[in-house]
Amino acid sequence: MKTKAFQRIYTELSAITRATCVLKAEGVTYEELAWVDGRPAQAIKVVGDLVTLQVFPGTEGISTNAEVVFSGHPPQLKVGELLSGRFLNAYGDPMDEGPEIEGEARAIGGPAVNPIQRSKPSALLATGIAGIDLNNTLVTGQKIPFFADPGQPYNNLLAEVAMRAEADKIILGGMGLSNDDYLYFKNTFTQAGVLDKIVCFINTSENPPLERLLIPEMACTAAEYFANDKQMKVLVLLTDMTLYADALAIVANKMDQIPSKDAMPGSLYSDLAKTYEKAVQFAHGGSITIMAVTTLNEGDITHAIPDNTGYITEGQLFLKQDTDIGKVIIDPFRSLSRLKQNVIGKKTREDHPQVMNTLVRLYADAKEAKTKQENGFDLNEYDERCLHFALEYSERLLAIDINISIDEMLDIGWELMQKFFEKYELNIKEALINTYWKKSEDSQLAAEEV
Amino acid sequence: MTKGTITSIVSNLVTIDVDGPVGQNEICMIMNKDVQLRAEVIRVNGNEAFAQVFESTRSVKIGCEVVFTGHMLEVELGPGILSKNYDGLQNDLEKMEGTFINTGDITEPLDKDVLYHFSPLATPGDKVRAGDWLGSVKENWVDHKIMVPFVFEGQYTVKSITETGEYKIHDKMATLVSEDGQEVAVTMTQKWPVKQAIKSYNQKIRPYDILQTGLRVIDTFNPITEGGTGYIPGPFGTGKTVLQQAIAKNAEADIIIIVACGERANEVVEIFTEFPELTDPRTGRKLQERTTIICNTSNMPVAAREASVYVGMTLAEYYRNMGLKVLMLADSTSRWAQALREMSNRLEELPGQDAFPVELPATIANFYSRAGCIELNNRQFGSVTFIGTISPAGGNFKEPVTESTSKVAQCFYALSQKRADAKRYPAIDSMASYSKYLDYQEFREHTDASIQEGWVDLIKKTKDIMRKGLEARDQINILGDDAVPISYHMDFWRSELIDFTIIQQDSFDTVDMNTPLERQKYMINKVMDICDVDMLFDDFQQVGNYFKQLINQIKQMNYSPWNSEEFNKYETALTELMNEKTAIAPSMT
Repeated sequence: MKTKAFQRIYTELSAITRATCVLKAEGVTYEELAWVDGRPAQAIKVVGDLVTLQVFPGTEGISTNAEVVFSGHPPQLKVGELLSGRFLNAYGDPMDEGPEIEGEARAIGGPAVNPIQRSKPSALLATGIAGIDLNNTLVTGQKIPFFADPGQPYNNLLAEVAMRAEADKIILGGMGLSNDDYLYFKNTFTQAGVLDKIVCFINTSENPPLERLLIPEMACTAAEYFANDKQMKVLVLLTDMTLYADALAIVANKMDQIPSKDAMPGSLYSDLAKTYEKAVQFAHGGSITIMAVTTLNEGDITHAIPDNTGYITEGQLFLKQDTDIGKVIIDPFRSLSRLKQNVIGKKTREDHPQVMNTLVRLYADAKEAKTKQENGFDLNEYDERCLHFALEYSERLLAIDINISIDEMLDIGWELMQKFFEKYELNIKEALINTYWKKSEDSQLAAEEV
Repeated sequence: MTKGTITSIVSNLVTIDVDGPVGQNEICMIMNKDVQLRAEVIRVNGNEAFAQVFESTRSVKIGCEVVFTGHMLEVELGPGILSKNYDGLQNDLEKMEGTFINTGDITEPLDKDVLYHFSPLATPGDKVRAGDWLGSVKENWVDHKIMVPFVFEGQYTVKSITETGEYKIHDKMATLVSEDGQEVAVTMTQKWPVKQAIKSYNQKIRPYDILQTGLRVIDTFNPITEGGTGYIPGPFGTGKTVLQQAIAKNAEADIIIIVACGERANEVVEIFTEFPELTDPRTGRKLQERTTIICNTSNMPVAAREASVYVGMTLAEYYRNMGLKVLMLADSTSRWAQALREMSNRLEELPGQDAFPVELPATIANFYSRAGCIELNNRQFGSVTFIGTISPAGGNFKEPVTESTSKVAQCFYALSQKRADAKRYPAIDSMASYSKYLDYQEFREHTDASIQEGWVDLIKKTKDIMRKGLEARDQINILGDDAVPISYHMDFWRSELIDFTIIQQDSFDTVDMNTPLERQKYMINKVMDICDVDMLFDDFQQVGNYFKQLINQIKQMNYSPWNSEEFNKYETALTELMNEKTAIAPSMT
């Protein structure tokens, strides 16, 4: 127990809700950590001598004579090299068999980086997945969520991407993870032999929901330690942020706040931004990249959670089931990486921007042709070509199960354009066409080989 | 000085028990151990003042001492503002120490030790009023006017003025005598409360001249004027920020004020990184030299978001009074509205639509109307053009911020998800968007004289073709390619021609990103000439194929430097392609 001899103990709660309790106390600082019958809690409202505490594990069984002690500081995490390879709970305490964490105690949810101390994120983060690398190229220091339906294999994909991305440290923040998914992450990391470069903060669906509020801040505090103090490239994985937002809504509700859209608190945007904006590229080379998961209800991105997320993050990767090829693809229309402009055609091949855009535009034409077909109209010759193109494009470039280099992706792009279209249908700069469009003999050869 | 103590804390709202008079919007300082936190009074009830704190309230205690300052939130105006990166309260971010912004960090907005070269403009004996020019200093390449402070009321007489030479901002530049004989010293700097508009000018006039942005879909289709107002709503991912940054880079303004209000820090970093490198084509100087950035990113304190837009507007008005063309961009005004909503909610006010405060429409209208074109007391002109972006919840324009803005802004640039999905950038829906300036008689007369006779009519004709094309497209989609006359396909492809060659523009291509008005005029005439030709086709597939070739040639022209050899090559190819059609057409009729 964390009480110290000289600490004052309060034993008179004046109100209890499912998430909070109120008591009379003096000298409390705002956002101070406290314990209610040993349960961690935080001061979220102070009016005169009345303090409202949000009790992270919930208030079940708490009685009005519960013992309350205050810590004198906001919630903290002990940071240090010893974090590596550890599985911790929402309070930063071990949930594995390892020893207690030792290190410097830092307040979580610390101040923002001065914008002028940031560098422009411009180092490529390759994943081998064309739906990401070709169409939505990622860079270190970026923050981007996967928008996925609950049934999609987003956690597997997240683990896969984490393994392929070249990061010095991977920090997993699991919120409401199913126990199976938690074990999946654990096994994947163990089997890949990368335990020394991971730190996990885990709240499973068996744990109290309010504890989820601490997970992103814990993960980001650890990330800031490695990225800023140790100048490492850190990748933070947060899954599932929708469950985090739900926990925010619970507290707001118990605080009698007027809900805004979709019963979410009016401060949802700022609350989410506080976490996502921890993504940063420092001038000294250290960086924090955040990849998150936001689960959707039937693909509805106008819901307040994905909507606010989209306005904060630097793009989103949209998972979609492509029924034509029977695989999950990264939807090229709704997905976006805002920071791709910093690297494509600069750190990657010169034809990258135009090839990418042209392929997506042709895929859009195919979509229109498909609508036409579904409405029972005759397809013209161009429509037919588009549809054939779309199938191959989806199979060879959009599916999430591929793992190739960006040059290979671009070559496939040119191959597909040449197979189905004429030069003038592409609107690509002539200089690029002259370089990459295979001359007729080559293409015939290529065609014969296929 | 009034003092008080803190009696309650909820997030960034504190209540203070005060011992004397307090003013609405008065600034007070919370003394928390060794740091001071700035806060603004937003409601008073008896001897209880409610204040929004511009910093994190973590570790503030009940009973903390509060000192009131007696003034509202002010900015310091003077040479040295350009090229600065401020936070939402005009703290100079460059002067802050450390990697993180710590609670209570306050830095000087201006550089008090820098020498500026001063030349007097007024002479002793001159009668002057607030806003009149006393002298001028060089700030980068801008002639920064030293003015009679805006707070001065009535007429003053110049008693003495400092000679030409090098001075610091707090040196005395002039001595003025008021009508009742009081002497006052004027330095290069003055202060002004940001929530009040600077009105030290003769009159506001109706805007008439295009403010070139280099973007065809704006300048040609829905032009914004010097002193005009515009807004850009769009769902996330439709390119609001790219569009605003493109405008910031290419706009033909003397001064650009960019307010990053509750948006991503990396976007500001992009500006920090690029603007010192990029050259302003008109002056040959670095873009950074004409730019000031106010940044309150989404992870910085929420209350300072509201302050940031007002700080930006006040700086813009200040430069306008020097007879300059100022463009102010705010990204995004929705975050400001959300900040207002958070406070209103904590004050437990009865909510308006979507839980926004009921005075939101009035607040927005008041803010937009601070833009405008003015005639100064000395008959020179200055302007503040304001373009704000809006991030409508769920991408739905039927929400309070978009609706309130639509009532006051004269230009509307609707970003469309559909166009963004199809990578048709900029994703401005040219049909839904509008510029009310096209209907201004002043604008019509000016463009007749400065661009070409009948310019506005030409634009309206272009829009008609676009509209007809969309209708034809709907018909084709309903009835099928074969079931409609070929002329429908012609109509559709004419609109595609305009879409691909005029409206779409590659903001990442070094040539295509910025099209001067002269070139826009040439290209729109070229494209409209093509649209005027009556062509004959055997079947609808021919129409598409032929127009795709036309589009391809014009696109290649767009990618080539104006009047370069390449450009001429593609233009010749285009003419030949045209001749194929026009050569056949007459023989058939």
